[in-house]
Amino acid sequence: MLTGLWQTLKSVFEKPVTISYPEEKRPVRPRFRGRHVLTRYENGLEKCIGCALCAAACPADAIFVEASENTDEQRYSPGERYASTYEINMLRCIYCGFCEDACPTEAIVLGDNYELSFTDRHQAIYTKDILLVPVPEGGKPTPQSVEPGKYDRAVPEMKDPAD
Amino acid sequence: MSKMVTLSIDGRSVTVPENTLVVDAAKMNGIDIPVFCYHPKMKPVGMCRMCLVEIGRPMIDRATNQPVLEDNGSPKIQFSPKLETSCTTPVSEGMVVLTRNDKVEAARKEIIEFILTSHPLDCPICDKGGECPLQNLTMRFGSKEGRFLFDEKMHLAKHVPLGELIWLDRERCIQCARCVRFQHDVVDDPVLDFHNRGRSLEIMTFSEPGFGSYFSGNTTDICPVGALTTADFRFGARPWEMKPAASLCAQCPVGCNLEYTVRREAKSGGATVIKRALPRQNESVNEIWICDKGRFGYHYTQDPARLGQPLVRRDGELVPVTFEEALKIIAEKAAHQPFQILAGGKLSTEDLAALRGLAQESGGKAWLHTYMSGGFTPHYGLSADANLGALGQGDAVLVAASDLHEEAPIWWLRVKQAAERGAALIVMNPRPTRLKKYARHVIRYAYGEESLAVAAMAEENLALAGEEIRAAAETLKSARNLVIFYGSEGLGLTGSKGLEQALADLLERGGFTGRENSGLIGVWHAPNLQAGFELGLPPAEGLADLPAGGVLYLAAADPAGDDPRQAAYFSGREFVIVQDLFLTESAKLADVVLPVLAYTEREGTFVSGERRLQRYYPALAARPGLKADFALTALIAKSLGYELEGRAASLALEKLAASQPAFEGLNYLKLAEVHEQWPQVGGSDLYYGGTSYANRQGLGKHLSRAAKPEPDAAPLREGIRDVPKNALRLVPHTRLYDAGSTFAPSRLLDQRRARRQLRIHPRSAEPLGLQQGSQALIELEGAPFTAEIVLDETIPGGTALYPRSLGVPMNAPFHAVVKPVFDKSAS
Repeated sequence: MLTGLWQTLKSVFEKPVTISYPEEKRPVRPRFRGRHVLTRYENGLEKCIGCALCAAACPADAIFVEASENTDEQRYSPGERYASTYEINMLRCIYCGFCEDACPTEAIVLGDNYELSFTDRHQAIYTKDILLVPVPEGGKPTPQSVEPGKYDRAVPEMKDPAD
Repeated sequence: MSKMVTLSIDGRSVTVPENTLVVDAAKMNGIDIPVFCYHPKMKPVGMCRMCLVEIGRPMIDRATNQPVLEDNGSPKIQFSPKLETSCTTPVSEGMVVLTRNDKVEAARKEIIEFILTSHPLDCPICDKGGECPLQNLTMRFGSKEGRFLFDEKMHLAKHVPLGELIWLDRERCIQCARCVRFQHDVVDDPVLDFHNRGRSLEIMTFSEPGFGSYFSGNTTDICPVGALTTADFRFGARPWEMKPAASLCAQCPVGCNLEYTVRREAKSGGATVIKRALPRQNESVNEIWICDKGRFGYHYTQDPARLGQPLVRRDGELVPVTFEEALKIIAEKAAHQPFQILAGGKLSTEDLAALRGLAQESGGKAWLHTYMSGGFTPHYGLSADANLGALGQGDAVLVAASDLHEEAPIWWLRVKQAAERGAALIVMNPRPTRLKKYARHVIRYAYGEESLAVAAMAEENLALAGEEIRAAAETLKSARNLVIFYGSEGLGLTGSKGLEQALADLLERGGFTGRENSGLIGVWHAPNLQAGFELGLPPAEGLADLPAGGVLYLAAADPAGDDPRQAAYFSGREFVIVQDLFLTESAKLADVVLPVLAYTEREGTFVSGERRLQRYYPALAARPGLKADFALTALIAKSLGYELEGRAASLALEKLAASQPAFEGLNYLKLAEVHEQWPQVGGSDLYYGGTSYANRQGLGKHLSRAAKPEPDAAPLREGIRDVPKNALRLVPHTRLYDAGSTFAPSRLLDQRRARRQLRIHPRSAEPLGLQQGSQALIELEGAPFTAEIVLDETIPGGTALYPRSLGVPMNAPFHAVVKPVFDKSAS
């Protein structure tokens, strides 16, 4: 019993391992897989081209994509095609990151947000407006009106395929 | 039987008919040789070089003309120093073909790399990605890395509309010329061609509107890359996301086998919808082709205007009610009343049988809503294993009163091909049509005298007959088989009856009845009129033919929509029930309106004009609460105390097969039978048929020959003869892109849709003061209408042609005073 009490007393002076969440938050690891975001280029154009390869790769069938056609007057993304509907059912998602791997434009990225809460099933479906990141500084919101012929290439060249 | 040739492919000894190409010989024996430009339905050109193989032939000693033998006694094989294209090389005796050695593999790798030098590799956004022969073959034979940087590649226009239906991506095109060859050789609409040469080569269309062909959609199927895509499906979904469902086309009586691919759609509120229609192979019906009407005409099945709930007239207004309430009202009002039923040709065989059953039980009668007569086709039509594809040298095809290219494009194609194989084509029409070019004999007659012309040919009444008729009669004498197509150009029901009987008589006198590939085919205006005739339903042009009184029950028939004057026949009925997809003009006059499932949401069968009974499967789930036509009719019957089969379509057909001799022995399982077809399409080797589907859900079966009908005294002339002096004779003709209720919702084709035009010879137009492009008023009694004047020198004098299903309230010839309408604002 004395050994036990001694242990307790010793622990009182140790640094606590718990943190006072939610006031305090632990930083996530660099390769943490949290809630997805749809990224943009610096000029504000969406990286997502609506190819639906993420939906094809998804083992949980959580992603639903529907594509439409870009025009130079109403441009959402480079190339001809953009995602007019992009939905992820976060209740289905298993955060495996296959979507990220499959994406040819690095548009879908698993971020570091793990604080997901819903009060009904419909809320668990994250639409494109929720998933898209804000327009970066100096960029314009989509759809943009751009000069013809400037953004005709959907898939950017990959500098290092291993990256 | 042609001579057989034995050769060796990859060490396997195979025997194939002489003149077979090496690539086909390999394919027949399960060995795949990759191809891009070769297509088994077209002549080889050897443009893409993908099919290179190593070929050796037995060495012949020139002095003795004997094969040189090896030491062991086997013939010595001499391999050619270079690889040969297997798509242009016919087989020869003793040939040795190697398709898998290092030399061939290396060549394939290089060809793929060469093709990819100017290909954008934008598979993620390409509609073909996932079912693309270039993608598949690159994965299988191509190199893992490309040596060509994107920035050094050719950059060309990616969005070139070839008309508003088909779009071209010039970067993706690999210049295989499949589309160009298809348009030139297969369908003879040479509206596409190559422009420039070498790296500047591009596909151009030079028709107005662009890519003006009724078969244009097929080029997107056979395109081995994503260069040609349809505007209808563009970016609609990825191929692997869609579920295929076997179906039939419901736009015309050819009965083309289709595959609908369906997927959930956000635009439709998450509902599953049809995304596209693709051909399903049936070599006896549509081969691997479909026309653009079939490809883009499905939109009506998911039109938002479709009825979802029964409507009942209360205080003069149609109000929505439940099915139980509607049936209760029908049971009250219709009890012990004879049902006078008008059924449309868009219903399935089971629906028509149920309607006939209800009419019989209640002491009424069921009629078929049509302006064509077909009572003779069950006996004189095709049966057994008839196949238009087998017609050739020694056979004859007669096309009477029909512009097949407008009425049933796939039949036009089949007849054209039969003529090219050597069948004697006789075309009878008062004006030139697209078939004239392939015809051996062209017979011209005056509108209204089609039966006289046929009778002259049958009896060789030389006093009446012109030289062409005599020559045609001579051809028929020596013909082995005779297939007759008869349409409705210039004819109403009366004229159609006369023509049908005259043609049946021609078959009978020539001794063609009972021959395997001979018979009478009606070019109907609806997919399943044939079934109505098989069931013995009498034709009715409108409600005037139906006896007065009793309950009027209209199913898939809209007489008031076709002709507003028909509304008069709705009054004086005890009760009117209309069963339809839409709130039609007739439905607006009904006491009860019952909505039904579209054919894409249920099972059923259609009988094609060739008397082939074919099954269609549900592509989409049934709309909640709605029922198929036959089930609804059975429910109505049940509420009145009659017993009809309404549980399943398959049971309804079995019941029909038990009572109707022509359907004997047929059931849903038999209709689902398939056998191997050549060429094989739709497998993992997409390079042959492109995106045509293999047929795994049934090729259908021919109905057997029905009993001989009793001929009645049909008039040999259509009624309209005594045209008043100041009036014009107006005769109907059919245009493919009309404004019928099951085609109008396909908005994509609006630009190409025929307009309400009156075609008239300039000499007939002049005295009436009618000018090209001006509006004219046609003073039809009770329903005057206007139409645009088109001057056309091919139209016989004193006559004007009006199109059907474009708002003219007539379907038969009539005469009326035609006056120019003067633009008030101009004067």
